[in-house]
Amino acid sequence: MIEAKDLVKTYVLGGQTVHALDHVSVHVDPGEMIAIRGPSGSGKSTLMNILGCLDRPDGGSYILGNEDTRLIPQNRLAALRNTHIGFVFQTFNLLPRMSALENVELPMHYAGRREAKKNALEALRLVGLSDRTHHEPNQLSGGQRQRVAIARALVNNPTILLADEPTGALDSRTGEEILSLFKELNSQGRTVIIVTHDSNVAKHCQREIFLMDGKIAAPPTPANSPSLLLTTDH
Amino acid sequence: MFFTMIIKVALKAMLANKLRSTLAMLGIIIGVGAVIAMLAIGSGAQKAIMDRFTAFGTNLLTVRPGQKGTGGVMSGTQQNLTVEDGIALTEVPGVSAVAPSVSGRVQVKYLSKNARTDCTGTTVTYFPIRNYEIESGKPFNDLDCDAMARVCVIGPVTATNLFGAEDPVDKTIKLNGINFRVVGVLKAKGDQGYYNPDDQAIVPYTTAMKELFGLTYVRDITCRVADDSDIDKTQEAIFAVMRKRHRVQPGQPDDVEIRNQAEFLTAATQATDTFTYLLGSVAAISLLVGGIGIMNIMLVSVTERTREIGIRKAIGAKDRDILRQFLIEAILMSGIGGVVGVALGIGIAKLVPILTHGSFQTLIQIPGIVIAIGFSAAVGIFFGYYPAVRAARLDPIEALRYE
Repeated sequence: MIEAKDLVKTYVLGGQTVHALDHVSVHVDPGEMIAIRGPSGSGKSTLMNILGCLDRPDGGSYILGNEDTRLIPQNRLAALRNTHIGFVFQTFNLLPRMSALENVELPMHYAGRREAKKNALEALRLVGLSDRTHHEPNQLSGGQRQRVAIARALVNNPTILLADEPTGALDSRTGEEILSLFKELNSQGRTVIIVTHDSNVAKHCQREIFLMDGKIAAPPTPANSPSLLLTTDH
Repeated sequence: MFFTMIIKVALKAMLANKLRSTLAMLGIIIGVGAVIAMLAIGSGAQKAIMDRFTAFGTNLLTVRPGQKGTGGVMSGTQQNLTVEDGIALTEVPGVSAVAPSVSGRVQVKYLSKNARTDCTGTTVTYFPIRNYEIESGKPFNDLDCDAMARVCVIGPVTATNLFGAEDPVDKTIKLNGINFRVVGVLKAKGDQGYYNPDDQAIVPYTTAMKELFGLTYVRDITCRVADDSDIDKTQEAIFAVMRKRHRVQPGQPDDVEIRNQAEFLTAATQATDTFTYLLGSVAAISLLVGGIGIMNIMLVSVTERTREIGIRKAIGAKDRDILRQFLIEAILMSGIGGVVGVALGIGIAKLVPILTHGSFQTLIQIPGIVIAIGFSAAVGIFFGYYPAVRAARLDPIEALRYE
């Protein structure tokens, strides 16, 4: 379902070439819930952008569903994002001055689908916000906002839910609630990919892909964690 | 459905920055308002001139004595028009009515009240030619002219000056000390500025020439042309008749002048047209400046909402969805500005006659309003397009990262 092979992405930053992704291969089966983990600068955001079709790799192949994304022209990538990917962001990224319902309806409008309202209400019910449909984002708590964002990600029935640090802006208790929601959605058969730096978040997933300096690496154990290595060097 | 949502979002975005949106729209409001007000003032001026001319008929040719003298030295006006000339002109093809006239200032007196007024001596045809209607009584007739009767028709202002609320018909007034019976009162035409047709006395030409002014010549002969399109041809025919009657040798200049109302009207219309275009183009420039204001604010808005654009793109908005959103916002802003501007323009157009106590008339032009609204919407599209394209072309990753 997700088959990414030898993804390469390089940036030139201040005259220096940075290998954000250096031959990274990722395979995700339908119905999996996985974490992409790594410290900042490890390339996990770059990987997420490519998996989310916001960006294209410089090398390697990426097959989403049964479509080779290399064959899709730039202007059709938006349609692909719209129908195959549901994004959930750290800072919720709801549109201000629009009600929860309108925020959730938006992806359906962009897809040109009918019955936007009915489907949006159903998605809001699924995340437990049936009683908050007409509130605007600034009238909702952080947890509620993230639930609206998840409903928006779900509404077009995408192939995968792609969450970037979904608990990063929430207190730990609300964070746990959001993670249980993801687990619940996963148990209903949805594929979930969570990008995080937090091993506690990653623990909720069935498996994790650990990135270090643009390469897939073994996750650090207390024995070989970078911070411990530093201290033992002394 | 989605469209109403876009408009709702656009309106909310505008309301969130009330002052900024208002200032941006102000240029359009002033521009549209100015276009409408200026066109209304221009058309009003034109209508006032048209009315002044048509009050006396546009199909008139007025024959007047030419200037006396030879070799470029003009030494005054000749006295060469006679009543017989007038009778001869009734035979000219295309001429439907002829009225010779003499005029002067007279003293009018009724009981103890007296005033000075204009007095015209003419034939009964003068009334229809000059579009005079009778309010009460009746005009004098041909018999009165033949009999040199001492009868007169007076203007409504003269009637009020002399009689107040009293009915003047069949009363006797004195013109330069001679008794005249008032047979009719004219319907009011309104002051024409250079003279007031409502303040005058009209008497049979015979009486006027012999008893009031002691003249053997007439001042002018007014001819009405049956068909407007024949006016130039008829003018030539009148010149020919007058040359023959006055025995002007071939090669000599005409000894009469003919005044053509239509020529006057064309010249006046051209002058006011120029005036209207001038005012209109000044207003159009302010509309253009208003458009630049909208463009400026849209560019600011696109920068401010970079993150929003990123979110929209991430959840599947295509470039053309973003383009449409910002274009609609720009059109909405200039459209609302246009509507408010129309209200302002109409308001000014209504206010001007009141503030100037009627000396400036305005005429609100429906096509002007349509053009102004259309133009302001076009300004929205034209000046909104570039910021909208900038928004549509934003890279989603960069846009999402924008703080």
